[in-house]
Amino acid sequence: MRSRRTFTKWLVVLGALHTIVVCAGFFAPYDPIEQDRKNPYLPPMQLHLMDLQGHVHLRPFAYVLKLREGTFDQYEQDTSQPVVVKFFKSGAGYRLLGFLPSRKHLFGSEETRICLLGTDAYGRDQFSRLLYGGQISLLAGILGAGCTLFIGLFVGSVAGYFGGWRDDVLMRVAELFLALPWLYLLFALRAFLSLSVSPLKAFFLIVVVIGGVGWARPARLVRGVVLSAKERDFVRAARGFGATDGYLLRRHILPETSSVLLTQAAILVPQYVLAEMTLSFLGLGIPEPVPSWGNLLSNLQQYSVLVSYWWMYLPALAMVPFFLGYLGLASSLQERGEAYKIERRGPGSLT
Amino acid sequence: MRIRRANFVSYRMLSSFFLLLVAFLGHPATVWPQQKSVKDESLVLPGEVGRSGGRLVVSLRGEPKTLNPLIAADSRSREVIGVMQADLVHINRATQLSEPALAKSWKLSADGLEYTIVLRKGLKFSDGQALDADDVVFTFRIYLDENVHAPQRDLLIVGGKPIVVGKVDAQTVVFQLAKPYGAGERLFDGLAILPRHLLEKPYQEGRLGQIGTLATAANQWAGLGPFRMKEYVAGQRLLLERNPYYWKTDMRGNRLPYLDELVFLFVPNADAQVLKFQSGETDVISQLGAENFSVLSRQQKGYTMTDAGPGLEYNFLFFNLNDAGEKSSLEMRPKQKWFRQVKFRQAVSAAVDREAIVRLVYQERGSAIWGLVAPGNHRWGNEKLAHSPRSLDRARTFLKEAGFSWSNGPAGESTLQDSYGQPVEFSILTSSSNADRAKMAALIQDDLKQLGMRVQVVPLEFRSLLDRVTQTKEYDACLMGIVSFDADPNSDINVWLSSGGTHLWNPSQAHPATPWEAEIDRLIEEQMSARTFEQRKKLYDRAQEILAENQPMIFLASPDILVGSKNSVGNFHPAVLEPYVLWNVEQLYLKSLPAIGTR
Repeated sequence: MRSRRTFTKWLVVLGALHTIVVCAGFFAPYDPIEQDRKNPYLPPMQLHLMDLQGHVHLRPFAYVLKLREGTFDQYEQDTSQPVVVKFFKSGAGYRLLGFLPSRKHLFGSEETRICLLGTDAYGRDQFSRLLYGGQISLLAGILGAGCTLFIGLFVGSVAGYFGGWRDDVLMRVAELFLALPWLYLLFALRAFLSLSVSPLKAFFLIVVVIGGVGWARPARLVRGVVLSAKERDFVRAARGFGATDGYLLRRHILPETSSVLLTQAAILVPQYVLAEMTLSFLGLGIPEPVPSWGNLLSNLQQYSVLVSYWWMYLPALAMVPFFLGYLGLASSLQERGEAYKIERRGPGSLT
Repeated sequence: MRIRRANFVSYRMLSSFFLLLVAFLGHPATVWPQQKSVKDESLVLPGEVGRSGGRLVVSLRGEPKTLNPLIAADSRSREVIGVMQADLVHINRATQLSEPALAKSWKLSADGLEYTIVLRKGLKFSDGQALDADDVVFTFRIYLDENVHAPQRDLLIVGGKPIVVGKVDAQTVVFQLAKPYGAGERLFDGLAILPRHLLEKPYQEGRLGQIGTLATAANQWAGLGPFRMKEYVAGQRLLLERNPYYWKTDMRGNRLPYLDELVFLFVPNADAQVLKFQSGETDVISQLGAENFSVLSRQQKGYTMTDAGPGLEYNFLFFNLNDAGEKSSLEMRPKQKWFRQVKFRQAVSAAVDREAIVRLVYQERGSAIWGLVAPGNHRWGNEKLAHSPRSLDRARTFLKEAGFSWSNGPAGESTLQDSYGQPVEFSILTSSSNADRAKMAALIQDDLKQLGMRVQVVPLEFRSLLDRVTQTKEYDACLMGIVSFDADPNSDINVWLSSGGTHLWNPSQAHPATPWEAEIDRLIEEQMSARTFEQRKKLYDRAQEILAENQPMIFLASPDILVGSKNSVGNFHPAVLEPYVLWNVEQLYLKSLPAIGTR
C-alpha cells in the first residue's frame, strides 16, 4: 500500500510539472526568442510583498533594474519605481497546446519586463526559455523513450518467444549496441547528417537518433520476462487449447512485460532528456534561437559566464525536480512490481 | 580562428618613395640609429631603461608546430618565431611605420626598382656565428626556391617576377624588382634572415622541412631575435633564453633583451589563458574577448588590464556570389538570384544592428564598421564612407525595389518572398570556435527575422568552413573576420583583387565577374604604382567607396585590442598590430625580481 501511495505522489508531482511545461505559453510571460537588447544579462528580479517603508501589499511588486552608468552588465534596483505584477495579463500571442490561440499570460507588467530568472546575452527572458525549452527537451525524451521501448518490446518478445537462431542473432546485435560508446555514436550520426536543418527536422532527428540507440537493454529485459512467461502453466494451458502465437503474445505474455516496460520508461525518459541536453550543449542539437534545456546550459561553456552571471545556472536547478520525479516514479514502480509478483506467486514461491 | 596573412598571392607593386620619407621625417622625435663604435653598430632603442634578469611567462593557445620560418603557417608558430628571428627592415608596431632593423640603412634607386641595403656591422646569430651578406643572399635564395615551398615566396614575386638578390660586399646587398613596389621596404618586414651555416647542408640534401622542429637541439638552431631555444617540454612549455649576441641596446648602452628567460605555456583555449593569467602563472595576456576582459578587469589584483584601442580586425557577412553555372544545385540557384541583387545586399546591410553587435558582443569595446579599413588603421580609412544607422524602413524600401514582397505565413508572421513567391530562407555559416561571431550571427538572425527572412545559423569547425567557402562553394552566406597584418592596403590585397584567394564572396576569378570588381582591380593595381601617399590614398578611397556601394561584404564591427599585464612588467606598451604585447619583448623587464628559486 505504501508503494501505491508514493507512486501516486510522484505521479501528481510529475503531472503538475508537465502541465506547467505543456502550458508554457500561459505560464511564461514572454516569447522565448524575443531579444531585449537593452537588457543583456539582467539578474533575476525579486518579487516583493513588503515595501521599504514596511507596508505590506497584497499584490506582489518588483523594482525596475537600471543599467549602472558606464557599465555593460551592472544593474541597480531603482526603488523609486515599484512595478506591480499583474495577473492574467495580455501579451505576446501563442497557441496553447499547439492549437488554442491565446494572449493571456499568468503574470506580467505594463511598465517593464519581469524576468524571474534574469536574461541571457541577448536579453531573452530565461524563465520563458526554461519553460519552452522544457517542451522540446521533455518531448524529445518521452518520444525517444517511446521509440526505444517499442523497438525493445518487439525485439525482446521475438527473441524470447521464438528463441533459436532468431534469439541468437537479435541478442548478438543487442550486445553490439550495448558495447557501443553511444555518446560518440550520437556525435558521429549527427555530424554525418545535413548541416543546416530546420529546428523541427533537427528535433525529429534527435528523437530518432537517441531512440534508436538505446533499445538493447529494454530488449534484453523483455526477452527475460517473455522467456519465463512462456513457460507458465496458464500459457501452456492456453497453447494446449490451440491458441496461436499472436494470441498468446498479445493476451498472456506481453501483459507480463508491462511493469518492466513502465519502469524502463520512467528510467529512460530522464536519461534521454539528458541525451538531448548533451547534444544541444555541444551544439549538435536543436539550433538556436529555439530554446531547449541543453541550449540554455550551453551558455555555461564560457568561463566569463560561469563567473559573472550566476543566474545562468538556475535552469540546471530547475531540471532537478523533473529528474527526481521520474526516478522516484521508477523506484516506486519497481517496488510495486515486486509486490505484485509476490501477490501473484504467493509466499510459497518466495525462496 | 581568423584568416591571418593569408594573402600570399603575388604582389604587384611600385615605388615606396613616400613611405621611405615618412619613415625618416614623419617621426622626428624618434632617434635612429646611433653608432656606438665602428665595430659594433647596435641599434639603440629609445624608451625607459629597465633592469636585467628574470623570466616572463606567456600562454599560447596550443603548441606551435615548428620554429622554422620556412614552414610555419599557424599563428602560434609565428608568434614564437617572432621572438627568435629578425628581419632587415621592421614595421614598428606602435607607430605602424617601417624602421631599420638588421639593415642599418637602405636606399631606393630613382626608378624605384633597386634597393641597396647596408647591414649593421658586428651582427651575430644566437650561436655566436657572424652574419654577412652571404646569409642574406642565401636566405632569399631559399625563400624563392620553388622546391622549398616557403610561404614567403609569393610575397617576393613583384610584378610577376621574383626579386633578384645580389651581394655587393660583405655588408651590402642589392634587391632588384621587376616593378616598383607600393608598400616599399615594408616588404622586408617579417622575412627572417636565416643562418647559412646551419641550413646550407640540409638545403642541399633537400631536408629543410625537417629541421627547426621543436625537438631540435638548442645548438642546432639559431636566429637573430632577442631569444633563443633552451628547452622544450612536449605538451607543456617552450623555454627560451636570452640571446647574448642580440643587436639592440637601450639608451644607456645595456645590451637587450632585459629578460633572462621567456616561457611559452601551452594551454588549450582562451578560457584557460584567462585562468592562468588570473592565478598569476602568466605575466601578460593578449587576444582577449570583451567578456573575459571584463571578468579580469573586475578584480585587478597585481595586474592591469588595458584597452589598447581599435585593432585591424574586421568582421563581415558575405553571400555566395560564385558562378557555379550548371554545377550549382537547384536549391542554390534561386538563392543566388537574390544574393546577386545589390538592393538585397543593401537591404541586409541596412537591417543589421551594428550598435547592438558592439554593445552585446564587444561590451562597447569595439566599433561598428562600414568598410574594410578597420578603425585601428589611422591613415588609410575613407572618412567619407556613409555610416548609415540601422533602418528597417530603408531595408524594406530596397527589398520592394528589388521585387520582393511580404505574405502572411501560417504562424501569422510576415514572410519575405521573391517575385516568384518563394520564401526567402538561407543559412549563415560561422566558426564554431569563435563565440563572438556566433553571437553576431544570432543577432543578425533576429535582425533579418524582422524583415521576414528566415535565417539558420550553422556553426562549423573553421577548417571545414574555409573549405566550403573557398573550395566546394556550397554555402549561402558566411560570417567571418580577417585581421590585417599591416596597416598598408597591400596586406589586404587578396581580399580586394578578384583573382585573390581571400576575395571571399567569389575567390580566385580568372576574369572579374562584374564591372565594379574590374574597377576595383584597376584602382588597387594603379594604387600600387602611384608615386605619393596622396595618390595612393585617393585611389584606395575610391575602391572603398565602390565596395561600400556594392556591399559584397557587409561590414559589421571591429573589436578593440584587449590586453593585460602584471604590474611588475615594465615597458609594457601594447600595440594594435600583431604581436600585440610581445612586439617589444626585448624591452620588457621585471620591475622587481623575485628571489631566486621562487619561480
